[in-house]
Formats: sequence, C-alpha cells, structure tokens
Amino acid sequence: MGILYCESNKVAGSYVTSTPMTRRGSSQRTTALLGLVPAVFIGAFFLLPLAVIFRETLTLSRSTVTTLTGPSVRSVVWFTTWQAAVSTALTLVIGVPIAWALARFRFPGRQLVRAAVTVPFVLPTVVVASTFTRIGSFEIGTSVWAILWAHVFFNVAVVVRSLSGYWARLDPEIEEQARVLGASQVNVFRRITLPRLQPVLLSAAAIVFLFTFSSFGVVLLLGGGRRATIETEVWRYATQRTEFDVAAVLALLQLLVVGLMLWVAGRAGRKQRHVDGVTIDHAVAPASWRHRTQLGACLALALVVIGVPLVSLVGRSLRSGNAWSTANYLRLFDDPGPSSPLADPIWEIVANSVWFAVLASVLAAGSGLLAAIVLHRVRGRIAVVLDGLVLLPLGASAVMLGLGLLLTFDTDPFDWRASWFLIPVAHALVGFPFVVRSVLPMIRNIEPGLREAAAVLGASPRQVWRSVDEPIVRRAFGVGAGFAFAVSVGEFGATSFLARPQRLTMPTAIFRLLGRPGTVTYGQAMALSVVLMLVTATAMLLIERGRGGAVGDF
Amino acid sequence: MPHSRTHSIIRGRTIVTIALATAFGLLIGACSSDVASTTVTVVTHESFAVSDEVIAEFEQQSGLTVEFLESADAGTMVSEAILTQGKPIGDVLFGVDNTFLGRALENGIFRSYKSPALAHIPAEFQVDDGHFATPVDYGDVCINYWVDAFDEPPASLADLTDPTYEGLFVTQNPETSSPGMAMLLATVAAFGEDGWEDYWKALRANGVAVTSGWSDAYYGEFMGAGGDRPLVTSYASSPVAEVIYADPAIDVAPTAIIEDSCFRQIEFAGVLDGAKNVSGAEQFIDFLLSDAFQNDVPLNMFVYPVSPSATLPALFVEHSVVPATSSTLDPVTIEANRSAWTERWVEIVLR
Repeated sequence: MGILYCESNKVAGSYVTSTPMTRRGSSQRTTALLGLVPAVFIGAFFLLPLAVIFRETLTLSRSTVTTLTGPSVRSVVWFTTWQAAVSTALTLVIGVPIAWALARFRFPGRQLVRAAVTVPFVLPTVVVASTFTRIGSFEIGTSVWAILWAHVFFNVAVVVRSLSGYWARLDPEIEEQARVLGASQVNVFRRITLPRLQPVLLSAAAIVFLFTFSSFGVVLLLGGGRRATIETEVWRYATQRTEFDVAAVLALLQLLVVGLMLWVAGRAGRKQRHVDGVTIDHAVAPASWRHRTQLGACLALALVVIGVPLVSLVGRSLRSGNAWSTANYLRLFDDPGPSSPLADPIWEIVANSVWFAVLASVLAAGSGLLAAIVLHRVRGRIAVVLDGLVLLPLGASAVMLGLGLLLTFDTDPFDWRASWFLIPVAHALVGFPFVVRSVLPMIRNIEPGLREAAAVLGASPRQVWRSVDEPIVRRAFGVGAGFAFAVSVGEFGATSFLARPQRLTMPTAIFRLLGRPGTVTYGQAMALSVVLMLVTATAMLLIERGRGGAVGDF
Repeated sequence: MPHSRTHSIIRGRTIVTIALATAFGLLIGACSSDVASTTVTVVTHESFAVSDEVIAEFEQQSGLTVEFLESADAGTMVSEAILTQGKPIGDVLFGVDNTFLGRALENGIFRSYKSPALAHIPAEFQVDDGHFATPVDYGDVCINYWVDAFDEPPASLADLTDPTYEGLFVTQNPETSSPGMAMLLATVAAFGEDGWEDYWKALRANGVAVTSGWSDAYYGEFMGAGGDRPLVTSYASSPVAEVIYADPAIDVAPTAIIEDSCFRQIEFAGVLDGAKNVSGAEQFIDFLLSDAFQNDVPLNMFVYPVSPSATLPALFVEHSVVPATSSTLDPVTIEANRSAWTERWVEIVLR
C-alpha cells in the first residue's frame, strides 16, 4: 500500500503541471458553479443579515466612542482574549490524550466513548452549571476556573471527534521506526506525530478558540456579572439596555478580532500543507500492560473531566422525594395538564428537536461539502480569504446575527420571521464550518493519483467514484453532519434571539421547566436533560455506524 | 484525458443532486409564510403560557387564527420590537412589564387602543393614560424563605442586613434578571434614591450571593433543590407552585414570602405599530381581559389576573398570599434611571 502511494504522488505532480489552459477555464467555471449554493447560503443568512444590522445600528457617536475607549471595554477585550486562549490550550491538553487513546486502541465500547464525548456539547449550561460552581462541598464559586472548566467540558468534543478519526488512519509505522531507532516517546510525538496532525489540530484549535472567544451562556451564567466577554456585553447593550449603537460597535470589534485571528491562523496553516495518505483504521487492541495503563489513564481523564458533571446530572434525575426512583422520567409521559410548563407531549418535543437537527445537518452537510470542494480547488489569496470566511459564523456575534435576521427577512415574500424554518437554518450556519473543516483535510488526503491509478487499471468512472470519492463523501457527511446535529439539538447560537413559533424543543422545554419552582418541574428538567443526552449519544452512534462501513473501503 | 479529473472530487449527477437538495432546502422557507388577514400573530416572552382550550374557544368565537411567536426574555422582546418598529414581527405584543414599559412607550412600539373591557379594571393597574399598553396580569417579586430553616424569619428588607441572617440570602443580578431588577427597585422604593446604595453595601457586607438568573438562584443556591441558602428573591406565587409541583404531595408549602419585601410587576399587552391585522389585534386585547383568559392566567403563568371578576383557583386562594403592601415605581422614573441604577448596583455589589 505504502509504495503505491509514494509513486502515485509523483505521477500526480507531473499531471498538475501539464494541465492545459482550456481545461483550467472550464474547471474554474465548475468551481464557481459549485460555490453557488454555499455562497447563497452564507451570503443570504449570514453576511447579509450582519450587513443589514450594522448599517441600521452602527454610528460612531460620542457615546459609542467614549464607551469603546473606556477602561471597561479594554478589560473586557483582554478577558475575552486570554480566557479563550487558556480555554483552548486546556481543551487541547485534555482532548489530545483522549483522542490518542481512541485513535490507537481498539477496545470494547470505543464507539460508545466517542459518542459520549459529544454529549456535553449539547447540554444547556444552566443544567450543569451547579457542578462547575460546586463539587461536593468544595466551592469553586463564580471564579474564572468555573468558566475555564465549563469551556473544556463543552468543547472537548470538538478536539476529540475531529482528531481521533484522522489520527486512527495515520500509519503509525513512521513513529514505530523512530522508536526502534532510539527516539524517546516525547520526541516522537513532538517531532513526528504533531506535525502529521497539524492540519486537523489547527482546525480544531481554531474552532474551540472561536467558540470560547464568543462564549455567551457560560460566561453569563458562571461569570455572575463579574466577568464579561465581548459577546455578553453585546447582549447586554442590545437586549437589556437597547443601546444598539454600542452593541454594534462591540460586535464589529469582535468580528475584527476574529477575522484577524483567522487570517493569522490561515497564514500559519498554509505553510504546512503536507498531508499523509490517510487510509485505514490502524487502531490495535492494547497488547501490553503498558498500553493498557496508558489507555486506562486516558479514559480516566475523560471520565473525570466529562464524567463528573454527567454522572451528577443522571444522579439528580433519579432522585425524587429524597429517594431513588424513576418517577421523574415517568412524569415526562404524563398528559400535559393546564398548569404543566410542557404544553406538548414529550414525544412531540423530542420529535421537534430531531427534525430540526436532521434538517440543519442536511443543510450544513450539503453546503459544507460543496464549499469544501471549492476550497480545495481554489488557490492563492482567494483561498485564504474563503478559508477564513468559512469559519466566521463561529466567531461572529450570535446576538447581532439574530437581530439582523429579524431585520433582513421582514418584507414579503421574504418575511420569514414567523417561520420555524429560520431555526434550523441558523443552526446550520454554526454546523457549516464544522462540515467544511472536517471534510477539507479528507479531500486533500485523497491522493491525486489515486483516481488515475484506478482508471489506468481499468476502472470505469462509476467504479472510480464508488471506490475513491464515495467513501470520502460518506465520511464527510458523517463527521460534519454529526457536529451539525449536535449544534442543532443543543440549540447553539443565534436561535434564542429569533422569534420562534411555539414549538418546544428539548432545550427550550428544559428552560421552561427550570423557570418554575417545585421539585416536580426540577426533576422533570433533569430527566429531560438525560433524555437529551441519550438522544444525542444515539444519533452519534448511528452516524458512526453509518460511516463505519466506509472506513476500510479504499 | 484522465488528468482533467485531478482536482475534481465529485462529478456529474451527484453534484447536481447535492446542489438541488440544498437549494430546495433553502427555499422551503419561502412557502411557509403566507399570512392571511384572519390570522393574528402574538409576540410573547419565553414564560408565556395559556391553555389550548381557551385559545380554541377564542378562535371559534372570533373566526381568527391565533399564532404565537416566542421571543427570549422581556428585555430582549422589547428591544426586538424597537428594532423592527413599524414593520413588527406580529400584531400584538404580550408581556412587557412596568420595568420596561417606559422604554416601550418612549420608542412608540404600540398604537393606541382603549379596550371597552378596561372599564372594570382597577385604576391602580391602568398606568398608561394614552392606552398604548393594556394591563393584563400582575405579580409580586418578594423574598421567599425556607420555612423549616427559621425559628424567626426576617420580617422586612431591613432585617436582611442583620448579622443573624449573614450569608443566607441569594438574589439575582438586575442587569440579567427580571426578579433581580424588581428587587433593586423594591429597595429604591423602600429606602429612597439616597438610601438604597447604603442598603446594598450593608447587604454585601452581610454576605449576599448573586446569580445571573432566577433558575440558578432558586435551584442552585436556595434550599429548593440542594442549595444551602434559605432566603431567595422569587415570586409571591412561588409557594403555590411548590405545592402544585410537589413530590410527594404536600398540604403546606415548604416556603413562604416576606410580605414587607415586595415589588409589584404589572404585565401589559399592546397592538404593535404597523400591525397587519389591527382589528384582529384589538379583538385579542379584549380577549386578554375577558374572564375566560383572566381565569386561565394564574395556573399557567403563576401571576394574578387584573380583572376583579376573575375567579382564582382554589390552590391560589389557599396557598398564596397577596402582600398587603407592595412597592412600585413610576415606569418613566424606572426607564430614566435604569442604566444608572444597575451600573451603581454592579459597582457596589459585584466589584
């Protein structure tokens, strides 16, 4: 296998340089055509609303200038930046070993762990908040540690999921040879593994940074008013003080910082475009005690960071009237009475969530895949700009985007403000960058000569597609749609700022339940949170299965 | 020829299929927004609730179809209404309270409508003389206490600064929470514009805890679900909810309110300026004051109907106390000072 790859690399190189000009012209047209769908999607539902809201609210009056240059804005920008940097670093430190264990070892429950890691991503902050402020009798309080831990808890899925799949398909032979030649394990990791992982690692780090940089719920809840990010300030000025001009200036500032950061990351990423021939899952069963210890240690790490809040949540869902019972779950199935905060039967609530999530996944996966193909085809400066643009929805202000959507789609026949459809669209906006970022490395990893090799060996175009392209597409949909699903089912992003038809989803139902005093509503909220966990984990397992067949196909 | 495929990953039909499927998905939305004049769209905050039967009855009588759109909290809802003023999301807005009323009126989001049903609504609720906003329900934000935790519970706001109650009270940040704002206003009303700052300094010295939102205070810090503080800012109706949502069932609420600590919130509805269906919206405002809706209010939103002819559910009569005195402030005063007061509060209590 390895030899074939090396040779096809050379072949590919010679082909690229000999591409005739006419071909290039038609190829450009195809690229533009492919880009149309993601361009319309991002243009209409992201760039346009932001432009509209900025045009409507952005004024450089004296009060905005005073606010902007004041010490409080400076300290907010500083806090936003350093907490995002530290959160990202911590998430990598925790996430990389877990990803490594999942990539290198086959063990019973491997897929289950991968699915479980995604669960925190979808949980409403308020449900797990108390765990971050208090473990047993030890009070962390609303200190910055609570925020950092919460950020690691919610985002470790990004690192583990995007890294472990890629890592598992890297041939460990190079590392093994280096070890045989006497390199230490640390050295091997630093000088061989890390560079090989770099494209995916950078991507995951960028996403985590953007999420934590624009962090809203976690900081609002755990910051207790003492800590603020630019995004929580945008929210405060726009929704609580109705000072849209200040909010707009802050949101623009956030966008600029995010854009700058993406530009820098893009430049750093471009220097390193070497990618490995990623083929099959190289994971092995842990053979030695040393391996078992390593695996055990990594799983224990996952258990501590992610497990503690989850176990405490499950525990609370099973408590009823000072005893252990399943009463909270059974009560979810009660007929919603006149005083029940749940207006709809539970199955309808779950169905709404799943339906929105499926729609969002399809939208994100479809436009994301096309965008990834375009990004793979374009070169030069446009490539850098597009590369950054794709990630921008993760770092832009969700508050301003939500308000922008209200202002943009306010005229018939495009008055969609009362339409439920904007909700999955907004979810898909957040899912879209995940799809592009997980698909792109895979596409780049298709050895350019692979297709020719197959054709030379007599494969028909259909066979080439089936054996080379299709597995990529399936995996791309798997990874990307998985994230898009999680984003949607957890109601991440701008949707809380859209006026929504009264269609309860699991997170909105949990919020309703937690808005009422009483042990029953509290118990139901905890039970519904666990249902949300289970639905997410099940969806992730199904998606995993769906792409599982594709792994060894080529 | 094969090298023309060098850069292409997927070709032909698949591309078309993916492109069409995605484009189709994007366009579905276009077909779902056709609003007839028989539809009245009601924008509410996230805590709004009403029984299906009550709405169905209104729809049958009026021939209208009611659609509800849920915004976030009341502050966000008002901000959105101001931003979309003249081209509103719906016809009626329900749920702006007296702490945000000044802002709503100042920005002219409503058009005036004097419902005939206002005739029998007590004058104390009719705050807006121009009839842009119609009062619908009211409730009191009061300090709640866990009954078993005290031999002698505090009797007033002033008592909370007593060292006996050190470290026992949790309230919410007025910048991010509606009951938190009401508690700040209660202290302004009780101690005056000169006195409230000293009161909060004393509260801070006495170990008051602050959360961002109600849920976090009630379920995180208060004794309600495992916290350790027996005093919390909540609603006068919270003890009733504790009885209704109790497991196992109980006869006496585990919590009670401090009557001398309350601030009255009144919720208003109004016809949005630029509404597509003005007559439908006005009919809906009348309906909000009808007995059918007013009777339905308590168990759905745990607030009180403004109409004296409404019947309170037995549970409310039995377990809920309407405080004899509840402070209030003029909406215009609130709006004029809101930002300054909250900023001062944050400096005093959090910095």
